[in-house]
Amino acid sequence: MNFVALRMLMGDRAKFLGIIMGLTFASLLITQQSSIFVGIMTRTFGFITDTALPEVWVMDPKVQFIDDVKPLRDTMLQRVRGVPGVEWAVPLYKGLIKARLDNGNFQQCNVIGLDDATLIGGPPEMVEGSIADLRKADGVIVDVVGASTRLAKIPRDADGKPIRGAKPEPLKIGDTLELNDRRAVVVGICRNSRTFQSQPVIYTTYSRATVFAPKERKLLSFVLAQPAGGLSGADLVARIEAQTGLMAQTRSEFSWTTIMYFIRYTGIPINFGIAVTLGFLVGTAIAGQTFYNFTLDNLRHFGALKAMGAGTLRLLGMIVQQALVVGLIGYGLGVGLAALVPVLSGGSELAFRLLWQTLALTGVAVTVICVLAAMISMVKVIRLEPAIVFKG
Amino acid sequence: MTTATMDTPRKPDALPDSRAPLAVSCRGVTKAYGQGQSKVMALRGVDLTIACGELMMLVGPSGCGKTTLISVIAGILDRDEGECGVFGNDFAHMSQRAKTRWRGSNIGFVFQAFNLLPTLNAAENAAVPLMILGEGRHAAVKRAREMLDRVGLGDRWKSLPSQLSGGQQQRVAIARALIHGPKLIVCDEPTSALDHETGHVIMRLMKTIAVAEDRALVIVTHDARIFGFADRIARMDDGRVERIVRDPADLQT
Ligand SMILES: Nc1ncnc2c1ncn2[C@@H]1O[C@H](COP(=O)(O)OP(=O)(O)OP(=O)(O)O)[C@@H](O)[C@H]1O
Ligand SMILES: [Mg+2]
Repeated sequence: MNFVALRMLMGDRAKFLGIIMGLTFASLLITQQSSIFVGIMTRTFGFITDTALPEVWVMDPKVQFIDDVKPLRDTMLQRVRGVPGVEWAVPLYKGLIKARLDNGNFQQCNVIGLDDATLIGGPPEMVEGSIADLRKADGVIVDVVGASTRLAKIPRDADGKPIRGAKPEPLKIGDTLELNDRRAVVVGICRNSRTFQSQPVIYTTYSRATVFAPKERKLLSFVLAQPAGGLSGADLVARIEAQTGLMAQTRSEFSWTTIMYFIRYTGIPINFGIAVTLGFLVGTAIAGQTFYNFTLDNLRHFGALKAMGAGTLRLLGMIVQQALVVGLIGYGLGVGLAALVPVLSGGSELAFRLLWQTLALTGVAVTVICVLAAMISMVKVIRLEPAIVFKG
Repeated sequence: MTTATMDTPRKPDALPDSRAPLAVSCRGVTKAYGQGQSKVMALRGVDLTIACGELMMLVGPSGCGKTTLISVIAGILDRDEGECGVFGNDFAHMSQRAKTRWRGSNIGFVFQAFNLLPTLNAAENAAVPLMILGEGRHAAVKRAREMLDRVGLGDRWKSLPSQLSGGQQQRVAIARALIHGPKLIVCDEPTSALDHETGHVIMRLMKTIAVAEDRALVIVTHDARIFGFADRIARMDDGRVERIVRDPADLQT
């Protein structure tokens, strides 16, 4: 009877394609929107991801997310270092500093100052040069996207006049720029995770960053700490908080804090939530409706099969099988198309991150749609009086 | 004049051949649809017996309960009261599952609107009862092609119902009704969707390949032109079998 069920399903091309399209659309929309949502949310804590080594972030108790810097007194570094169980602790500067471009314009840059001695917290990947080059005089490392876009230089002719209409040239090693009226020399180009902030990222040492930074009483943005052997991050967090009165969070806690901030205070999740819900509803409507119509159209035939000795369970099995087939095809097509989107968009800066959880979520959604559609159809078939076969 | 006394008093109802075993025996069968105000008494006490080997026709005005009666006999509709045995088997004492299974192996159906699955070809359609009984697709289709040979459609086994004429579709339906060798075949208006000539072809086919010693046929019809194919004709009116005759001419009186 499996064969009969499949023939029934696929014989009616138009309906079959209608159901498949509904399910494909639903799973495409759900996968696509969820993945972009995840991608964007991942960007919110991209900087934490990049700063991979330290397990614990220590900060002012009022900090709400990674870009919400509330500077600490420099002495806090010593206090954290004094907490038993701290293997090491290093300072981190993170702040917006204006860079003066050679065309005279200013560009806000996200400047990261790394501990002078260890350079812990540096970029995850160097494109050119090395992190150690930061030890060179006035050295800074610029992120590759910033270097080729906002910080790019306009080519000049022999007289030093800008050439009109010429393509800007990316910053390269040896180029200079001015940060807060102080000279900085590019010693490396790095690649880091995209973040919500579109400003160029400039890495330098902590002491140099404090020179670049506007004069303020407090300049220490974060203290990065590592638990001594055997101690968990959570344990160290508790100890640091108890002894210093500062807030400490493990790397993953801080990532979540950041995500939750964006979820709570921006419209992003709502927008995506609406899109995902819409995909689900539209998918359910199209696929469910077509599937149900398909069953209704075939009710007469189900009735004949029932009269001819096919039991209710047998008929339900046929419906389940039909739902399974359209579900699998629709899911596969939808997820496949969703995965194609970033490929087709040609490595642009699309925030798209396909997690297995998203695949599972889409699978569950498609299953729910199919089960709903099949169940409504099943009720019809269970209630079906075989005597209808004799009705004209 | 002695003619009157010479006349044998006419029996009100023709009886089945008393030597043949009974296929169907109904006594006082009632069936109502709906409840309260909208209650319709479709059967008001039907008495009917059909013998093995017999082709019984059910006739009568529209709404008199013919379809309801064959539905009860075929076990696809539950009666309210009375007795009804089919080959000594009483559906009233069977579970839904048992009834369904019994129908599957013992009853063949032919419908007015053919009721073939539009996406299955002729052979696959005729093979459906075998597949319901659990036979594999290939074996079932092979046997179905043999059956189609017998109804004269051997060369059209690959055709979809939409590619066949009404008469050809009904022949596929007959092949389907016969393929699993059922004991009872019920047909509701099998010729009324067909023209006169095709109807005759179909009835001749039934008579030659469906009628068998160990099988009974019940055919509901209002098509007087095929009455001649019946062994006996039961006329129904208002939920009862009014009279049963052997000769269609007797229906007029
Ligand atoms: N499902 C149903 N619900 C309510 N009433 C019904 C139902 N089926 C049949 N009836 C009624 O029961 C009576 C007998 O119907 P049935 O279909 O058995 O008649 P029939 O002799 O087959 O008529 P026809 O020659 O028009 O097919 C009719 O009055 C009909 O209206
Ligand atoms: Mg009828």
